[in-house]
Amino acid sequence: MTGKAITVTSGKGGVGKTTVTANLGAALANFGHKVVCIDADIGLRNLDVVLGLENRIVYDLVDIVEGRCRLRQAMIRDKRLPELFLIPAAQTRDKSAISPSDMVTLADDLRAEFDYILFDSPAGIERGFRNAVAPADMVLVVTNPEVSAVRDADRIIGLVEAEEKGPARLVINRIKPEMVRRGDMLGVDDILELLAVQLVGLVPDDENVLLSTNRGLPVVLDGKSKAGLAFRNIARRVMGEEVPFMHFDETGGFLNRITRLIRPGGN
Amino acid sequence: MAGILDRIFGRDRKSAHLAKERLKLVLVHDRTDISPGVMELMKDDLIAAISKHIDIDAGDVRIEMATEGHEQRLIADIALRPPRRR
Repeated sequence: MTGKAITVTSGKGGVGKTTVTANLGAALANFGHKVVCIDADIGLRNLDVVLGLENRIVYDLVDIVEGRCRLRQAMIRDKRLPELFLIPAAQTRDKSAISPSDMVTLADDLRAEFDYILFDSPAGIERGFRNAVAPADMVLVVTNPEVSAVRDADRIIGLVEAEEKGPARLVINRIKPEMVRRGDMLGVDDILELLAVQLVGLVPDDENVLLSTNRGLPVVLDGKSKAGLAFRNIARRVMGEEVPFMHFDETGGFLNRITRLIRPGGN
Repeated sequence: MAGILDRIFGRDRKSAHLAKERLKLVLVHDRTDISPGVMELMKDDLIAAISKHIDIDAGDVRIEMATEGHEQRLIADIALRPPRRR
């Protein structure tokens, strides 16, 4: 068994990297895969709270790298999803505590035991980004339908290629279908045309994401939420399945909207 | 109501359309690392170089970056002065 290392990154902060990592991890684990999520955002850790595992941290990523604990001691097992593990970031150190080659070694040590090794990258294009991307077999770039986020995604896609980790795959997060239909938000086609990149996920803006983050319970576990469905679809695509994308068409008329209400979740 | 007023007064350009057009330009400059200021300098040099050989209308020269997928192109559109009869 050789696990696949996947890095979730974005350039711009606040677009939903940690939410994507947590939910992709939870969905893959829920589909029966053994998954470890690694928070590579040293100094600003958050994957622990989003997964609801913040109270169980003893050791962290820097402790592993600096040899203060064994790999196994720093892994926190999610009790609700026994196939899901977290390696938290150190909170009182900074990105320079770790090098890209440390991350490659760490991923290689985990490949034998896990199906998927997910890295939650920090924002930015400096050391932290290079650390997170170094071990990746696949890179997911998260963006929002917003000029600043799309611009930064373009930059990151270029840097991922420069690091020979391409082609990056795009997740468009926080789409507001109603605004897209009104012509007041960049549509999926617009963004794909601008970025010329392969798409791996479309996530609608959904209050349930915040609700589930408040509770520390990934939204994928909520069977009724649209974002949850979108994250499960991303997981299936990562697993190699062909899953049709949800539709957020710009010209949906009244009838379309009604059908959408009756048949929630798209396809 | 605001939407109807906008349409009457011709302010009908949807903001998403504006966002896309602005991004197209920004991304081209980001990818090539050529700023709008450098483009202006190139334009002046181009006019000077071509004017040595043919008579062009310096006021009607446009140069721009175009993008197709990941490929960038520099496009110059240069108007010639109407030829004088001899």
